[in-house]
Amino acid sequence: MENNMKLDKKNELKEKLAHYLFLFNATVAIISVAAIAFFVFYRGLQPFIPGNAEGNYSLIDFLSGLEWRPSIGKFGILYMIVGSLLATFGAIILGVPVGILTAVFIAELAPKWAKTIIKPAVEMLAGIPSVLYGLFGLGVIVPWIMQISPQAQGQSLLAVIFVLMIMILPTVITITESAINSVPDAYREGSYGLGATKLYTIFKVVLPAARSGILAGVVLGIGRAIGETMAVMLVAGNPIAGLPNSIFSPIRPLTTNIAMEMSYAFGLHQEMLFATGVVLFVFIILINLILSRVTRGSVLK
Amino acid sequence: MENKFSIKNLDMYYGDFQALKNINMEIKPKEITSLIGPSGCGKSTFLRTLNRMNDLIEGVRVEGEVLLDGEDIYKEIDVTKLRTRIGMVFQKPNPFPMSVYDNVAYGPRAHGIKKKSELDEIVERSLKRAAIWDEVKDRIKRNALSLSGGQQQRICIARALAVEPEVLLMDEPTSALDPISTLKVEDLAEELKKEITIIIVTHNMQQAARISDKTAFFLNGELIEFDETDFIFSTPRDKRTEDYITGRFG
Ligand SMILES: Nc1ncnc2c1ncn2[C@@H]1O[C@H](COP(=O)(O)OP(=O)(O)OP(=O)(O)O)[C@@H](O)[C@H]1O
Ligand SMILES: [Mg+2]
Repeated sequence: MENNMKLDKKNELKEKLAHYLFLFNATVAIISVAAIAFFVFYRGLQPFIPGNAEGNYSLIDFLSGLEWRPSIGKFGILYMIVGSLLATFGAIILGVPVGILTAVFIAELAPKWAKTIIKPAVEMLAGIPSVLYGLFGLGVIVPWIMQISPQAQGQSLLAVIFVLMIMILPTVITITESAINSVPDAYREGSYGLGATKLYTIFKVVLPAARSGILAGVVLGIGRAIGETMAVMLVAGNPIAGLPNSIFSPIRPLTTNIAMEMSYAFGLHQEMLFATGVVLFVFIILINLILSRVTRGSVLK
Repeated sequence: MENKFSIKNLDMYYGDFQALKNINMEIKPKEITSLIGPSGCGKSTFLRTLNRMNDLIEGVRVEGEVLLDGEDIYKEIDVTKLRTRIGMVFQKPNPFPMSVYDNVAYGPRAHGIKKKSELDEIVERSLKRAAIWDEVKDRIKRNALSLSGGQQQRICIARALAVEPEVLLMDEPTSALDPISTLKVEDLAEELKKEITIIIVTHNMQQAARISDKTAFFLNGELIEFDETDFIFSTPRDKRTEDYITGRFG
């Protein structure tokens, strides 16, 4: 009896310790997010607060400007926002159908041997460092676009779209596939039992039942596309001004604006780069809000 | 009377494991046949060979003949066609996560019926035949998953009836239901029997005795005894059947 109580006490202590250990580790993630957010916002909002040591800049000029010339004190990023959004939109329009159909093929149609080739290939695609995607884009996609483009250079919105499309595939495929796999077989059997064909079953029962999981994959893909930096930097062209007016126009995504200039910028210029980061951050927050919306009540939660 | 089903020397394997051994059986139209036997004896397996549902499982092999109105279902009938002629109701109610209407209209739509008025008519008729119309007619656009288990099961029956099957296979359709819903499904089966052939798997002896014309007793993948339900329950020929129905078994 006595002994048992001691044991209980000891176990209780262990449980408590374990609990705090987990809590501590979880806190690391939370603190990191909070620290990054604070840092970016703190530095990035300075130029818009009157009396800033490095000088002031109008928030409206910043958000509506079509020119980025630090040397003459012009910091407009509207054309970058438009470029980033168009590139992301294009990558989603092309990448999502390809990704979903690939996932359907892997999960529902492929014979075993095909699965053992495609699945590792997709995982591999996810693991390739993004700079290598950029090199591929620069070496293959850009020269190809140069041949069909009316413009002198191949670096363009279209090149970014293609590179991003390939880069979001692993995200869309993996998440869609797991959403499809979590659709109960009872639904499939119910459909087959009514004489429906395999394809009819996939499009009318399986995909609709996996809908919220698939949407989550799409939203994560959007997040990946809008935040991608290295690969797009190599193929975007990064002009200093101008809205893109065709898919062959070069663009300057928000991410590459920061990455290209941060190493040598100082003063107000540096703070404006942080401000660009704030805009990027706001987009990511929006995407996460949407994500938590669409995954509500879904299998991914 | 012609046989609806003639099953001849049927063997069925899951890979190396033989789940059905030399089954011979003749099923008359517009009768209810109960399949009974201890868990794992092959009742579901047998039922699923009748609409080729086992085709979906890898490594399954079927030998022998299953004739539907004299035609071999594994050789002479297209599988999607077969499954419209033979409806199935599963142990766990499995309505699709969509409205009651879309559930019932699913089969007809899968077979190309698009006209709204025609679908409306089929949905109403099927729900009425499944004795659930009165309960759902005001919420036909509601998600079927919001209904009770017993209602869901009758929606599934309506869904199966919507493609006008000649045979209805039911795998323990009432095992997840309360006694009142169970009675409703049983009454429904007796009503449907006027028009279609029903084969039902059940662990409930009273249910088999109440509703079926014929009863088949399976054990370890073999058909031990198959006869008029009254005979099986009063004077079974085989000792093992007697042991099972009197509860001295499995
Ligand atoms: N997909 C499968 N793969 C391999 N073996 C299977 C499979 N399905 C069933 N079996 C085996 O076949 C035998 C018969 O199974 P079946 O499901 O037909 O039994 P049952 O009579 O319906 O049992 P219950 O009353 O528990 O539903 C069992 O031994 C089972 O383990
Ligand atoms: Mg069973």
